[in-house]
Amino acid sequence: MLYREAGQFKTTYAADQQLFPIRQDRIGVLVLLAVAFLGVPLLASEYWFSAILIPFLIFALAALGLNILTGYAGQLSLGSAAFMAVGAYAAYNFQLRIEGIPILISFILAGLTAAGVGILFGLPSLRIKGFYLAVATLAAQFFIVWCLTKFPWLSNNSSSGVISTQQLIFFGHELKTPVEKYLLVLSIVVVLALAAKNMVRSTTGRAWMAVRDMDVAASVIGIRLMRTKLLAFAVSSFYCGVAGALYAFCYLGSVEPDGFSLDMSFKILFMIIIGGVGSIMGSFLGAAFILLLPIFLDIALPFFAELFGLPFSSATVSHIQILVFGALIMFFLIVEPHGLARLWQIAKEKLRLWPFPH
Amino acid sequence: MIKRFKPVLSAVALSLALLSQGAAAAEEQFFPIPGYRVGPYGANGQAFYGGFIDYLNYVNLKEKGVNGVQMTWEECETEYNNAKGVECYERLKGKAAKSAGPIHTMSTGISYALIDKTAQDHLPLAMMGYGRTDAVDGSVFPYAFPLVTTYQMQASAIIKFVKEKLGGDLSGKKIVYLYHDSAYGKEAIIAMEAESKLNKFDLVQIPVAHPGNEQGAQWLKIRQEKPDFVVFWGWGVMNQTALKAAQKVAYPRDKMIGSWWTGSEEDVVPAGDAAKGYMAATWNVAGKQVPVIADIEKVVYGAGKGNLQDKAKIGTILYNRGVSAAVLSVEAIRKGQEKYGKGKALNGEQMRWALENLNITEARLKQVGATDLLPEIKTSCDNHEGSGKVKIQQWDGAKWVPVSGWIEGNKALIHPLFQASAKQYAKEKGITPRDCSKEK
Repeated sequence: MLYREAGQFKTTYAADQQLFPIRQDRIGVLVLLAVAFLGVPLLASEYWFSAILIPFLIFALAALGLNILTGYAGQLSLGSAAFMAVGAYAAYNFQLRIEGIPILISFILAGLTAAGVGILFGLPSLRIKGFYLAVATLAAQFFIVWCLTKFPWLSNNSSSGVISTQQLIFFGHELKTPVEKYLLVLSIVVVLALAAKNMVRSTTGRAWMAVRDMDVAASVIGIRLMRTKLLAFAVSSFYCGVAGALYAFCYLGSVEPDGFSLDMSFKILFMIIIGGVGSIMGSFLGAAFILLLPIFLDIALPFFAELFGLPFSSATVSHIQILVFGALIMFFLIVEPHGLARLWQIAKEKLRLWPFPH
Repeated sequence: MIKRFKPVLSAVALSLALLSQGAAAAEEQFFPIPGYRVGPYGANGQAFYGGFIDYLNYVNLKEKGVNGVQMTWEECETEYNNAKGVECYERLKGKAAKSAGPIHTMSTGISYALIDKTAQDHLPLAMMGYGRTDAVDGSVFPYAFPLVTTYQMQASAIIKFVKEKLGGDLSGKKIVYLYHDSAYGKEAIIAMEAESKLNKFDLVQIPVAHPGNEQGAQWLKIRQEKPDFVVFWGWGVMNQTALKAAQKVAYPRDKMIGSWWTGSEEDVVPAGDAAKGYMAATWNVAGKQVPVIADIEKVVYGAGKGNLQDKAKIGTILYNRGVSAAVLSVEAIRKGQEKYGKGKALNGEQMRWALENLNITEARLKQVGATDLLPEIKTSCDNHEGSGKVKIQQWDGAKWVPVSGWIEGNKALIHPLFQASAKQYAKEKGITPRDCSKEK
């Protein structure tokens, strides 16, 4: 009942093809945006901004990038962290070497650089598929990290290879507080997420899905495989690159190549597996699950330990946290292999009939 | 009636009593500790933070805190992971608003990520033997303290030691720099190159890729080069592998000197025989013969308040290093209380002043029983390092034995490198350096 679209008549093509065709969805998204842009800055504390919300948005963006490649175009990749590294170092170098370049432009250029590198490492996808491709993208992971360590020019000859990002100047105003950084990250993520949502229902997105489902059939109906696959790699790496730039500039403030390790790539892959492969919303849900659950356990466990008088040290808490986290991942994968996004879909279907299910 | 209200009444009475006492209530000095005890380097963290917390406990038990101010702390597990470190820092910093001890992360990556944040939040960041080394220049980095000594000064001190060993002249000699190919290993290259130019020795740089459990090619090269000494910047499993590989190509281990992250028991014991004679730099000696270490075992573990589950770690290099970090922090608190009032907890800004005006003499170290745990330290606005001295120790097959006195690196050569780097940092970040001549 809450979620019934009965009575919503589409009388124009525009109304039929809009991003969110159901009125409740439109209202929901607007409310969500209003809360994120207006409510959260008023309510959240500094800890929430710099330790939870900003990394959540950044990883959601990276997961979104991987989801475009893996979820929509069906190309398995293990190089997302490396593309983030490209974005981070590219943004740093654009800021450093081009006098007075606006920060947004260097983020976009960073994304484009990552897209270029992504295309390069996407070339093997024309010949190999599935797990073999995943192994080929591993090469990107190791090569890029090695490259950033090897050539000191990329880190402006820093003796340790660590870069410290420049100030965030946004239209003459320096973004210093966590709230300002949060709003910047949020704006970029919202724009890119809506763009992705739009893209996956366009010709491009349909071509990706056709290639994912069966590439021979896709090429028979006239989809150019090379163009489609490489475009998926480019767009995906663009998203990861921008996420990497935000990771460096708005979250940590200083990054080293080793920080963008294979572990991080796996983390992003788990986010889309848990969240839902082939779903924009799943990227956000997965990022929230993977990032927030450990922090929640970290804070909740000592509390419960104290409640029941258990002698927990911080090391024990850490071990238990890993245990519970692993168990929960398995639980979710068994109960709902299509990820959290699927749960939301089921909920929507139930809400359509609620409170009078037949 | 009275009975039912009794808890309320007593609570009111208690709060009244507390109010009337006001500032006289027990003061606490809070230490935010973003440390690690699990993960790939968990064993190192256990020893270091075990020693750190044991000493804080020791101060609480032995002398009821510093002038009555009790040490308190909260640990947060970082697993040596930068993102987790930032999360921990953000979580702990709220509690550190009123009183804050120096933050020891024992991770270069986390320190880098915290440098800007701590400066903004006015919390002191201590980086003893790791972290951003150009923070020695306190005019650009008011809140960051690479205390005791840095990688570059250490490399310089090692070269000085080698020079002495080789008869006071290095010209025409050959030194191999074998390093972990990462931020950590590359830090010291700039100092080695400067030293090689100054002392006219041949420098051969050989990187080892992480994790370094295969070094056949590198040691073959070393055998061909026949260097007079190998200076060794390893980490983790790479250390024992290097020692075994050196034994295989019959390169004498007593011509190998490691950095202070290659010189703990964890590095040499697994190498067995191969480690005998190997030398490493350190700023703290190992063993329980140091009076304060023996006393900690007696007082803290005697009271059942010890932090370590595995008591065998007491007296190891890393445990003692943890104690040395705590000694330094507590001495800074004493210094700060002299200025800001005895028996009062220090906030981040006051702590910063204290760390910048440290003057720990040999006599004072002897007083707290920490002789040889630390060199003499005197910090100032333009020298956040305070010492730059190390000792060289040698593994005799069973324990580490110091084989030199305090050796100071070539400050005149190394410190200008820091200043140049700090200047560049200030320019990139738009920081106006403080005028150190006006600091008091």
